[in-house]
Formats: sequence, structure tokens, C-alpha cells
Amino acid sequence: MTLNIEDLHQIANIEKDRIEGFQHRINVCVAAGCLSCGSNILKESLEKEVSRRGIDNWCKVRGVGCLGLCKAGPLIAMETSGTYYQGVTVADVTDILDSLGGSPVSRLVCPSDAPFFRRQSRLVSENCGRIDPERIEEYIAEGGYEGLYLALTEMTRQEVIEQVTTSGLRGRGGAGFPTGLKWRTVSKTTDVVKFVICNADEGDPGAFMDRSVLESDPHRVIEGMAVAGYATGASQGFIYVRAEYPLAVKRLRLALSQAERLGLLGNNIFNTTFSFNVKVRLGAGAFVCGEETALIASIEGRMGRPRPKPPFPAEYGLWEHPTLINNVETFATIPLIIRKGGAWLAGIGTEKSKGTKVFALAGRIVNTGLIEIPMGTSLRDIVFDIGGGIPDGKRFKAVQTGGPSGGCIPEQFLDMPVDYESLVQVGSIMGSGGMIVMDESSCMVDVARFFMEFCMSESCGKCVPCRVGTRQIHDLLCKITANQATPADLAMLEDLCDLMKNTSLCGLGQSAPNPVLTTLNYFRDEYLSHIHDKCCLAGACKPLKEVP
Amino acid sequence: MSNQQPKKLRTDLNPSRLLTFKINDQDVSAREDESILAIARQNDITIPTLCHLDGLSERGACRICIVEIKGSVKLLPACVTLPRQDMEVITHSERVICYRKKILELIFTERNHVCSVCVSNGHCELQNLAVELGVSHVRYNYLYPRHGVDASHSRFSVDHNRCVLCLRCVRVCDEIEGAHTWDLMGRGITSRVITDLNQPWGTSETCTGCGKCVQVCPTGALSEKGKSVAEMIKRRQFLPYLQMMRGRHEEPWQK
Repeated sequence: MTLNIEDLHQIANIEKDRIEGFQHRINVCVAAGCLSCGSNILKESLEKEVSRRGIDNWCKVRGVGCLGLCKAGPLIAMETSGTYYQGVTVADVTDILDSLGGSPVSRLVCPSDAPFFRRQSRLVSENCGRIDPERIEEYIAEGGYEGLYLALTEMTRQEVIEQVTTSGLRGRGGAGFPTGLKWRTVSKTTDVVKFVICNADEGDPGAFMDRSVLESDPHRVIEGMAVAGYATGASQGFIYVRAEYPLAVKRLRLALSQAERLGLLGNNIFNTTFSFNVKVRLGAGAFVCGEETALIASIEGRMGRPRPKPPFPAEYGLWEHPTLINNVETFATIPLIIRKGGAWLAGIGTEKSKGTKVFALAGRIVNTGLIEIPMGTSLRDIVFDIGGGIPDGKRFKAVQTGGPSGGCIPEQFLDMPVDYESLVQVGSIMGSGGMIVMDESSCMVDVARFFMEFCMSESCGKCVPCRVGTRQIHDLLCKITANQATPADLAMLEDLCDLMKNTSLCGLGQSAPNPVLTTLNYFRDEYLSHIHDKCCLAGACKPLKEVP
Repeated sequence: MSNQQPKKLRTDLNPSRLLTFKINDQDVSAREDESILAIARQNDITIPTLCHLDGLSERGACRICIVEIKGSVKLLPACVTLPRQDMEVITHSERVICYRKKILELIFTERNHVCSVCVSNGHCELQNLAVELGVSHVRYNYLYPRHGVDASHSRFSVDHNRCVLCLRCVRVCDEIEGAHTWDLMGRGITSRVITDLNQPWGTSETCTGCGKCVQVCPTGALSEKGKSVAEMIKRRQFLPYLQMMRGRHEEPWQK
């Protein structure tokens, strides 16, 4: 079965009519955050109550993707009135249904005009919280797969790459490599067999952007991959997703089977000569498999360990064939670029970082959750305006971006615009988009120790500097937090960080010292206090005596 | 590692294309598929190595052979880096020598390398490297891990305290002998070489007892039984011989 654009529009129209036939639509967030607070039970009891009252022909309960404000889960959005309810329990079901058509239940209302919602500009996550991720029809009703149709029928491969290049999109996985350039490189290779891989092995502590996109809008990623396959000349795609995301895997598999059923994946998509298939591959819990060469080794069934680059996967990747590897969020941006044009995306963001970025706010912040903001938004806006500031009246101390490969950014850089270059300038990286906020009660040496412990246990052990270096640095940091270190240890710590940064084999080892280096740079007094005064300035390292 | 892994780092190179570049301001020529290390050795320029062994696939993992390349801030391992036309390689800059020493020191701290009681004392590549690089003391803290000795095999024994995880044993067993008895378990600092599925070596059903692993091991980690301190001298003559008989065009094994 092959679709054409009329079929696609028909599916969209039928779906729109079906949805709009319901006067009231109750959207229950069923992404992992709210699910863990029992949103599935809530959804069931809402459905039961609706059918008990016999109002199911004008009131519809839907499971939708992430609504963003994870800390207030389970969240409910009343689609017609635009009201958000937070922290809803089964006991509130009757009140909510009673209020239909009238004024909202005031004790549950989550102010949807708060900066958290107002200041965001949702592009990648435009459908998150608005469509049922388990129904392809709802994605199509929102204009889904139209981008793929446009690309396949009205654009040449070169034109597609041209649009991506114009958009200025850069890889959302961390390093920020220009996506258009990567696509062009793969498209230029002469091999007849090429692969497209979606890297969904999100492993940074405190990061859950990719999970949320996959759980809330899986078709968007699949569409982006298909467009990439067309542009680069690949006919097989792989999504490498970590097994720790069972819900994302389930929804992805469901989405793939739906797309295959409609002929949006498979042979001769939209009656063209283009064929594309996607398979899901599960990671086995290794952080280093987010590194592209280790990821490829893992898909090939070998040990997930990186190999030296060059050759880069773009010319010599999966099973020795040219391979395009992009992050979930990168692929999720592609359908928009095709539909609205590259110039449109290039109009958003800063000079060198275009578009929007999804961040996961975590740590000591009021509004824990997912946000999508234009590049160039200042850290102050993110933490204090959108994030709602620090709870319990504590003082802001630092924000950690980029996971274990990133650094801690102190207060003096709060007004810095968040883009790839500025973050690198202060010693951190964009990374996949995790932001961990720390207040005055966090000891920065302890924070550095935490990240180094993570890197130590996740180091694959292939190259010596990373295998032994992470352990040595971790031991030194433990010594410092235990107040047993000497000034010579501090010098050795810096020496080891420099060694790892310059001689490690892959990105994990090269960037693992970043949390240590940035904290050494901006919070040196805390290290010195541990060493000279034998006390923790933040009072976080427990076995120590208080500051006199 | 599995049998499907390509033996060479890459198979898409054209050995008939030639290029010239510079190592330490000396003009040298190379085929496209030759590594910087191979070219350096052809021109009598010594780059220290540890995990590399002529005749086995490259790993680029020990980082001892790192070299500096003019115009690049990154230090690249000579064993897996291919030269480019007009590239300028510096093998013994102060920066590189300093890092090599530190890496070697890290290896010494990782396990319990006690030369005075080692079967390979005096014939050990790790020891020789330390002499060559002038490592007279170790500035980092010794980790003193607890590792065991597996002496269950009738002719050989493995002492994990002296292993540097170069994986030469794994590669020679897989690539030359074809048995793939050796492999690696764990990750990071806790990784360890194992026989079969972490069974005692003596009970291994795949081990052919050829002893190639013992002969390629750079340290005293793998040794023949019955050897006392400083008596274990490795014999590697079989490796270039086998390469030649199998018609592979690798560089002759050198040292």
C-alpha cells in the first residue's frame, strides 16, 4: 500500500473531525514522569467515570506526551478551555468532570500563563502534550509526514541538504557539529550501502529530553530519519535507544509498525523510488555507547568500545559503510525545516546557534521539568524566570550543563546567552541539554567527585589515561572531600586532568575532567578550604567539622 | 572482539596511492595504507609502543605512541593514524615525551608491577619502556588492587597483577590461532582478561595450548610454568613466519 498526499490529508481530516467532535478533551500526560506519579491510574478512572456518566460522546480522555512541568505531575490539560491541572489524584476525578463547561477547579489549577509556559517556544516539542503518541493519525493531523512527502516528491536530495544547511541546525547531541555538513559528507560518499542511525542512548545524569521526545512524539523522529535517508542515499535506519527507557522503546516500536502499515516506511514510499526501513536496537546500559564509534560497535554486536577517529563514521561507519549519526532532537527538528524552510529556523536563535533547544531542568530548582527555548536565552532567564528560581530561599551557586562532560557555570555568567560557543568559552558544553542547578548547600568538590565517580564507572577501560586517570582523579577528590589532601594533591589533580584531556581516546575521556576543571577554576576556594582549613565551605561534606 | 571484526583498521584504502610527508623534519614517503608508526620505523625513527605488535590488528589504546602533528592541537596515536600529504609529524617534542611518561606511570600504578620478583624481569617491555622513557619514579598513588593468579593450565599461568590490558593475547588468540579463548570482561578499571566464559584456564575447551598468548605478552602476566625470576624470555619468531606463510603483506615484525 502506498499513500499519496490526498490520502494523507484525508487521514488528517478524519482525525481532526473525530477530535473536534468532542466538546471537551481531557489530555492526561502519560510520559514517564507523570506515569511514575500514577497518571495511568488517573486516566483509567477518568475514562471509567466518563463512561459511567454516559458523557463519552462529547467528552474524550486522551493520553498525551510530556506537558513539561514534571515536578507538578500528574498533569492534566483541558484542551478546550486551556486550563492545566497539577498534582491530580484519583479523588479529584469527580470534581474535574463536574467542572466541565463551568469554572475550573481552583485548588488544582496550574497557572498556564506562568513564565514556565509563556517563555517557551516549542518547536521540537510542539506536539508533546497535544497528541496521543500511540496514534499515528494524530501526528498526521498535526501535519506529520507532510515534510517527508514534500522532500520525496518536490525536492531533490541536494535541495533537502541545502535547506538543512541554510537552517544552520547543529547537532543536538552535544558537540554541535553542523548537521547540513554532516549530511552532505555522507551524501557525497560513493558507497551504494549507507546507514542512518538515530542516537537515543541518552545517558547524562539529569537529562531526559530524548526520552520525552520519543515518548511524546516518536513519529517526528522517524520522519526526520526518513528524510535523512532520502537526502544521504541510505535505505536502512537504526534507532539505538537505551533499554532503560522501556516506554520509549514500546512507543517507538508501535510507531514503526504504524508507519510501516501505512506505507510511510518500507518500499516505494509515496510512490517514489525511495525505500527506507528503521529498526530499533537496544543499548545494554553503557554510557560510552553514546559515543558514535562505540554505538556502531554495539549495533554490530561487538563490545561497545570506541575506536580511534578518523576514519569518521560518515565515511567508514556501520559494517564499514558510510553512516549518518544524529541525535533524537536533531532528527526531530528536520520535519519542521522541510515544512517551513531552512530560512525560517535560521531566523530563530543566535548568530551561530540556530533554532531552539530542549533542556531538562533538574536539581535545586522550583520548576523541575522539560523546557524548550530559543538559543541565546540567558541562563538567568532559564533558572529564575522559567525555572522559578531556587526553592527554600537558598542562594544560587552554579548550574551544571552537559552532564559528566560539561562544567559548572557560576553566578557571574548568569547573564550569558546559552549557545554552543558561549558555553565552551566558560569551560562547559551544550551537551545533550541537561541542566542541574545547585544552591549554596552543594559542595562543588563533592559535585566534581560525583561526576568523576560516574565517569570512572562508565569508562570502558580501553585507553590507559581514561581507565586509570578517572580512578586516580576520583581517589584524589575523595581525599580532598575527606579533608586529608595536601596542596601537592591539588597540583596532581590538575596534572591528571590535563593528561586525560589531551591523551584520551574518545570524547568521554577527553571531556571527563571538565567538571573538575571548571570547579577548580570558579570554586577554587572550596578546594583550598578543604585542603588548608580542613572544612567544607558549603557544609555538605558530612564527616567534617563546621566552619569555625 | 569477535571474529567479524575487520583485521585492519579500515579496508577502503588504496595501497597504490603514495604520498610524502615529514617526520621530525625528515622527508619520508608512504603508501596510503601505512600508519605513521610503520613509516617512522622504516626510517629508523623510534616511537615507543606498548599495545602495538606487528602482525596483530591495531587498537590505538595504550596511548604511548602519541605524536604531535603540526597545526593540530590533538595528540594522535602513531599506530592508527594515517599520514596525509605534507603532514608534519613530531615524534619527540617535550610535550609528547612528558605525556608518554605520565601514561606509563599510570600503567605502573594500576596493578602490582613488582619487577624484583617477576619472571620477566630484564625481558619485560614495560620495564624497557620505563628505562627508555626515563621513568625513574612514579608520582601518582599506587592503587594496589587485589588480583589473582590462574595457574590451572598445565603449562602456562596468568598473573593478573602484571597485566597491562594491551589485549595482545586476545588478538593473537583470535586473529592468528583462531581459537578466541581469551577475551575481556568488566569495564574501566575493573576490566580483566578471561579465558572462555571466565573459567579457569586449565578447564578451557577452546584453548589449543599453543602458547602464542604467552609469547606476545609484553610483561610477566602470561608466562610458562617452571620459570623463575627473570627467566621468562618471550619467543615471537612464529608471528612474522605465520604472517609470511599466510601471504599477508604486513610489515615484517621487527623487535
